[in-house]
Amino acid sequence: MANVNRRVLPGFSLTLGYTLFYLSILVLLPIIAVFLKAGSLSFPQFWAAVWTERARAAYLLTFGTSLAAAVINLLLGSLIAWVLVRYPFPGRRFIDSLVDMPLALPTAVGGLVYASLYVKTGWIGRWLEPFGIQAAYSRLGIVLVLVFVGLPFVVRTVQPVLEEFDPESEEASASLGATRWQTFSQVILPALYPALITGFALAFARSIGEYGSVVFISGNMPFKTEIAPILIVARLEEFAYGEATAIAVVLLVISFTLLVSINLLESWSRRHAS
Amino acid sequence: MKRSRLLSLLLLGAGGLGAWLSSDLLPNASAADPAPKPAPAPPKEVEILNVSYDPTRELWKALDEKFAAKYAQETGTKVTVKQSHGGSSSQARAVIDGLEADVVTLATAIDTDAIAKKGLIKDGWLDRLPNHSLPYTSTVVFVVRKGNPKGVKDWRDLIKPGVEVITPNPKTSGNGYLSFFSAWGSVVLRGGSRDDAVKYVTELYKHVPVLDSGARGSTTTFAQKQIGDVQLAWENEARLELKESRGALEIIYPEISIRAEPHVAVVDGNVDRKGTRAVAEAFLKYTYTDEAQEVIAANFYRPTNEGVLKKHAADFPAIRLFNITEIAKDILDAHKQLIGDGGVFDSIYKPKS
Repeated sequence: MANVNRRVLPGFSLTLGYTLFYLSILVLLPIIAVFLKAGSLSFPQFWAAVWTERARAAYLLTFGTSLAAAVINLLLGSLIAWVLVRYPFPGRRFIDSLVDMPLALPTAVGGLVYASLYVKTGWIGRWLEPFGIQAAYSRLGIVLVLVFVGLPFVVRTVQPVLEEFDPESEEASASLGATRWQTFSQVILPALYPALITGFALAFARSIGEYGSVVFISGNMPFKTEIAPILIVARLEEFAYGEATAIAVVLLVISFTLLVSINLLESWSRRHAS
Repeated sequence: MKRSRLLSLLLLGAGGLGAWLSSDLLPNASAADPAPKPAPAPPKEVEILNVSYDPTRELWKALDEKFAAKYAQETGTKVTVKQSHGGSSSQARAVIDGLEADVVTLATAIDTDAIAKKGLIKDGWLDRLPNHSLPYTSTVVFVVRKGNPKGVKDWRDLIKPGVEVITPNPKTSGNGYLSFFSAWGSVVLRGGSRDDAVKYVTELYKHVPVLDSGARGSTTTFAQKQIGDVQLAWENEARLELKESRGALEIIYPEISIRAEPHVAVVDGNVDRKGTRAVAEAFLKYTYTDEAQEVIAANFYRPTNEGVLKKHAADFPAIRLFNITEIAKDILDAHKQLIGDGGVFDSIYKPKS
């Protein structure tokens, strides 16, 4: 065990080479291409494209709604994972597979269905209308569909950790005189932190890039419900490739910074937990 | 034993998947003929690709079949016209990026021109076919609910209190910007000043509760989700919508609207390389024949052949259709001034600070 370099399975250099090659072709190369394309603009052109009042409103909306949706998913998703792991009940397998549905369904379909349910005359919207809640064609609508598309990520990252988690430690904690809240907050939660953070990051990242479902429920009103990807499409419509990719670069950079900090937070919490 | 069988099954599956995926990579692998032979007997079978926009599926399907029959009869060559449909500017981008279109039949000259700018279509393409390369035109009309409860008759009625208008986002949709041009023209071509027009469109878009990203999205919002009182729609889409609604909707023709010009063009760069020029040109010329013009009228597009149009006059009310050149230098100029970055449309939504 002392010699870490001697591994059980051979082929480290081969697999690493393969990994790097694969990641370069699939992820890095397209991203570099985006940066190069945006680099074809001069700095003033770039700035004019990405930093208009309208674009700033769109970034704020995109990141704000994604954040809101990721927080909701964090709570809802952990709850669902908890129920699926801890309580045997009839139909559990069925519900378990339902969780993955948002991944398989074309998100445009999800957006269309949500929109028709939540408009004033829709099955759900007509009950919200008397309270003055406008779900479709509002920020609320965007958050709703983002919760939908991000749901599987939190559930699927938290679930396996919970399955591994030994109920005996809860019993031990209880027998040592801890209250229920203490058991939850000091025994269960710390073990879940890394998974929760990962799930949150995945759901958040997924939401930032989401386009298909959002365009159908947001109403796309500039300054109000226009997400950043819509701006990209609008610029493409003018055949302004450079400007379109410039906006994409801004989204990428912000997302990347956020994801890196979330990853750092995760590894910190992992170290902290052990 | 069991495991090795599973493994071989997996491998087999992966191989099959690979073959299926790659079958797509080489278009017409069988017909791949890098160096066209010096004109032997004309080929017995030709395939051409027509890249078009979304709502024209039914139209081109009908035209393709009739053309194929006629061409086979005249030349003995079997032609298959393949179709590709999608948002007009996405289609243009696909052609620019290498989709091997023989002809393009896009929604507006903005998209065709973008391809021409890349050198794929030769200069002067507008005048190579009759009628400025327009086998048909269309326009923007109003769709209202049965009985026209809000009494909408013309553009000025759209900004009456309580009227909600459905139109797609001019930034992302051809239907969207043509509606905007129509609204603009309805003011400046009837004695209004530029300021009046800005005031009018600003007011108009305050009556728009949802800006869908495309024409079909707007139709869903208006017809299915029952949002809004008036939809600004393509004439041909409006007619289809009317048919589907079984009496729940009506069409109102405003006094004035834009002449939408979906030009057609042969993609020179592609046909010369593929050796399909003769067929491609014959195909587009065919769309001007009486037979094709009848098909066009039956699909609710306005034929450019005067005789055929007259025959169907009842279907196409003669409102004043203005040309884009009456409100700007050309459609590119109009788009730049009104819709493009920093244009009039942008100022509408600017929050008052």
